[in-house]
Order: sequence, then C-alpha cells, then structure tokens
Amino acid sequence: MRFIFKTKYSQDINIAKHNGDRFWYSLLILIMVALPLVLDDFYLGEISYICILSIAGIGLMILSGYTGLASLGHAAFLGVGAYTHAFLLTNGIPFYASIPIVIIVSFLVGAAIGIPILRLTGMYLAIATLALGFIAEHVFIKWEHFTGGNRGLPVPQPEFLGMSFYDSVFFYYVCLVFLIAAMFAAINILRSPTGRAFVAIRDSEIAAQSLGVNLGLYKALSFAISGAFTGLAGALLAHYIGYLAPDIFNIFLSLTLLLLIVVGGMGSLHGTVFGAIFVGFLPQLIAICRDYLPSSIGSQPGLEPMLFGLILVFFILYEPLGIYGRWMKIKLFFELFPTYKRQTFKKQKVFTKSDRV
Amino acid sequence: MQLIQLLIDGVASGCIYGLVALGFVLIYKATETINFAQGDILMLGAFVAYSLIGILGMDYLTGFALTVLIIAVFGFFLDAVVVRQIIGQPAFATVMLTIGLGFIFRGFASIYWGTDIFSFSTPFSGKITEFNGLIISYVNLSIIVGTAVLMSVLYFFFTFSKIGVAMRASSENQLAAYYMGIPVKFIFSLIWSISAGVAAVAGVLLAPITLVDTSISLIGLKAFAAAVLGGFGSIPGAIVGGIIIGIVEQLCGTYENYLFEGVREISAYLVLILTLIIYPRGLFSDKAEVKKV
Repeated sequence: MRFIFKTKYSQDINIAKHNGDRFWYSLLILIMVALPLVLDDFYLGEISYICILSIAGIGLMILSGYTGLASLGHAAFLGVGAYTHAFLLTNGIPFYASIPIVIIVSFLVGAAIGIPILRLTGMYLAIATLALGFIAEHVFIKWEHFTGGNRGLPVPQPEFLGMSFYDSVFFYYVCLVFLIAAMFAAINILRSPTGRAFVAIRDSEIAAQSLGVNLGLYKALSFAISGAFTGLAGALLAHYIGYLAPDIFNIFLSLTLLLLIVVGGMGSLHGTVFGAIFVGFLPQLIAICRDYLPSSIGSQPGLEPMLFGLILVFFILYEPLGIYGRWMKIKLFFELFPTYKRQTFKKQKVFTKSDRV
Repeated sequence: MQLIQLLIDGVASGCIYGLVALGFVLIYKATETINFAQGDILMLGAFVAYSLIGILGMDYLTGFALTVLIIAVFGFFLDAVVVRQIIGQPAFATVMLTIGLGFIFRGFASIYWGTDIFSFSTPFSGKITEFNGLIISYVNLSIIVGTAVLMSVLYFFFTFSKIGVAMRASSENQLAAYYMGIPVKFIFSLIWSISAGVAAVAGVLLAPITLVDTSISLIGLKAFAAAVLGGFGSIPGAIVGGIIIGIVEQLCGTYENYLFEGVREISAYLVLILTLIIYPRGLFSDKAEVKKV
C-alpha cells in the first residue's frame, strides 16, 4: 500500500498523484500512439469509435456522475454537434474553425435547455430530458433546411493539415488527440472550484447551497459543459458515420450513453473509457453470443435490447460502482493482500430519501 | 360537430394515457419511484391477451380477466424480487433499473411473440353507433366505459376496503404504517401488482386500435405527460391529465396546418415540458411536491 505524504497544496491537486501514475499514463499514451503500427484499419476504426464514445461519456459523466443530474436525452447534444458540424463544413467553413463553433453552439444549447428545466430535480428532470430528447429528434426530422430531414445529410470529409478524414490512421489520431484534450479539460474542470461545486451539489444540495454554491447557476453550467463535450463528440461522430440521418440520434443512443457511464462506473473519468470500451465492443459481444445460442433464439432481433437491459439491471443491482469500481476492488485486494476486508466496499443500508415536504 | 367528434376520439385515447399514468402515480405515491417500464408492462398485457384470446381462442371477457390477473401477479413479483433491492439508492438508480427492465420485457416480447403486428377479435371490433350525426366506434366506447368502471372500482377499493386504506396509509407515512402493524413491503408489492394490472387493462383495451406489437410500449412515455400534468401523485389528476393530453393530440393533428408540421407527434412532450416549466405542481397536486431551486 502506497501512502503519499502531502506537504503542499499543489500536491493535493496534482493531476498525477505520484510517479507511478505518471509512468503508466505516459506508457498508455505511447501505446495508443503506436497502435496504428500493429492494428489494421478495421480495429483502428473501432478504437476511433471508442474514443468518440468516451468523449460523449465524459460529457454525460460530468452531468450525471459528478453533478448528479440524470439526462435521458443526451443523444440530442450528439445530434446538435453532428448537424452543426456537417452544416458548417457544407458551407465551406474549414475543420479547425468548425470544431470551436460546434463546441460553443452545443454549450449555448446546453445552457438554453438547462436554465428552464433545472428547477426540477430527480425523476422530474429525467422525464423532462426524455421528452426533450424526443422533441430534438423531431426537430432533426422536420427542420429540413438545416438537417436534410429524413433524406439525411452527407458529411463532407475535408482536408485537414493536408490529410483526409478518409484515412483511418489520420482519423484515429484526430480522435485520440481530442480524447486526450477532452480528458485534460474534464480533469481540470473537476479540480477547479466549479468542479468542486458540482460534486457538492451531487452529494447534498442543501449543504452546497449553505456553503454559497448558486444551485441554478452551477446546474445550468454543468448542463452547458456537458453539452459542449457531447457536441464535440457529435462532430467527430459525424465524420465517423459519414451520413447523418435523424433516427441515429434516438432514445436508444441516449440510453446507450447512460449504459456507458453506469457500466464504466458512476463518478469516475476512468469509468467513461472503460464504459466506452464495453459499449463499443457490445455489438461484437452480442454477435458472439448469437453463435453460441440455439439458432431459434440467436437469430432474433430482440436479443440486442434484451441483453442491453440485462446488463443494465445486472450492473445497477450487483456492481453499482461499475467496471472501475471492480478494478478498484481488485487493486485494493492486492495492495492489502492478506488483510482485505469485503466490507470496505459494502453497500450501506439506507432508507428511502424522500423528496416530499 | 366535427369538434365534438374530435373530443370523443381524444377522450378515448386520453383514457388510455390516463390509465398508464395512473400506474405511475400509484407507484410514485407509495414508493417515490417511477416505473419507466410501465409502457412495456402494457405491451406485455396486450401480448398475453393476444396469446389467450387470439391463439388459444378464449372468450374475450375470460381472456381479459385472466390477462389482468397474470400481469398483476407478474407485477407483484417484479417488485418483490427485483425492484425492492434498489430502495434507498439514488433516484437515478431506480430510473436506470426500470429502463433496463423495460428493455428486457421488450426484447422478451419480440423473441417470444416475434416482431410481426398481431390482432385479435373483440366483441367491439368494427362496430359503430351513430348518435345525432356523431360516429362513435364501439372500441372507443369500450375504452371510455372500461376506464370509468376501473376508476370506480379503484375508488371504492381505496376508500372502503381494509387493504386499500392500508395502502393509503403506507403511502402517507411508511414508518407510521409499520408501527400500526401494516405489512408495508407486502403492501408495496401489492401496489405494484395493481399498477401492472391497470397497465394490462389499458393494453387490452388499446389492442383493437393500435394492434399488438412491441412499439405500443412508447405509450408509456406519453403517459408521463399525463401524469405530470395531473400533478404526479393524484389519481383523478392522472385520468384528467390523460384526457387533456389525448384531446390536445387530436386537436394538434387536425389543425396541424395552422401550427407546424409534425406537431401531433410531439404535442404530448411539449405539454409535458411546458407544464414542468410553468406549473410543475400540476393541476391536481394537493401539496407542492416539486422542489424548486
């Protein structure tokens, strides 16, 4: 077990807690950079997709995992990002200018949506965001001038730094750079006073308010920041898909994002990457399951939602801390080797918290 | 005259929303959780009715009663085995759990029954009656009458029966109910079973209109609008909210040209958002249950 003796405040807010962290994360980045040397195009495409999912996951994690606000309509932000990006590129705006505009637009959309509905808490917020997701999907269908409606909208693949987005190695590097940048941004937001305020709101609204956190402002800010990250992911997703249709951004995508953060582990940025890997490989996993099941069941289209639901229920009931939580448990087990106590992570017995007055 | 015709159609579809919303409200009042799988339970009800009436060839009323019974028992064990474990976790966990359950039900239905669209014959199918130039289909009539009957049964149950009063007591204050010797856990499971049974009734009544396939579970989402409008926690509110949503939807569909294209599909959600923004207490809420920031 490693104990870090902190003597300075800067040590407390360090991104890397100790040299071991620094070493392993640098190694991870090096491996990620070197991956195109060993993997072929198909796997690079999959990993790019996982990077995009991770960025979207960071967005939702800031909102749900750190501020404690559920959103069942986050695919709307992916859609806003994707359509804005495609629209700008179609009108001849270069890639490097389009991405910041997308981020600003999704930030503003997040704030605009956030301000009216954030007076709601808990279940009401979940229902409201669900409804907003449906409304957004319909807007994408009906606002044909902007989105091409049901005909869809082809995404231009412009040159950027002299390279084309059709080149999967280049696209992989773009996604990787954006993921690392998003990760750094998220870590920095979360260790700033803003991030601390988010966590305070999650843990107790009353306590946060007593300590001077402006609940409405910070909730709206959380929504906007979350929207900005998700919008960025949407812009990259537009390149990945290549052709936008409104039914991509449906409720199923929103719920997939929720599955991502729940499976990865609520309240941890590591969890977004673990969750994205899981969700990214889920279709393959289901394909493998189909092979092992009898063909009468294996060939059914209903298998996918069923497994989706089963995984969700399983994680909520038996592994509420997600994959990252499991990893922490395993790590702690080896650090404390003979003296590990099962109770360390045991769910506390709690009573229903009432929203009623 | 056209307006009255629209109102009748609206009331009929609104009754279905109201019944599903009633399921939300019963569970929310008791346990402060929202069952996002309510629409999927409705779908299961419709499918079970199809199996009993359409395939096994049972008499309509027998099949109806048996369906409601099966789904009610299913709802009881759903709470007793799965949902109860989550009590005390943050609201988010319950939301995710019931969404996951909904996916399982939908997946199960499409594996077991298939993805085709089914129908079964009812005594009301295809019959209409004319009244002063108004055309009322028997199906709509059956929905309205069925809702009214169910509502009065529930009213008498909650007012006069011992279990009904125990349910109201447990909803009011769990701890006090325990002290009075009410088996609160059992009562909560019973509330889940009533709620599932009501959803099954809605499913069977709806089946002749929309036919039976997995997409009818989406009704559950529109029913949220009804429940919120009625003030999530009020039983008459749920029905009134449902009827208002049904009428608004009909009107939006007819006068689409004056509004904007596609307004019918999202009108329920628009009403929901507007209610939450402008008057989050809802129409019938007796206490301010929505915290404001």
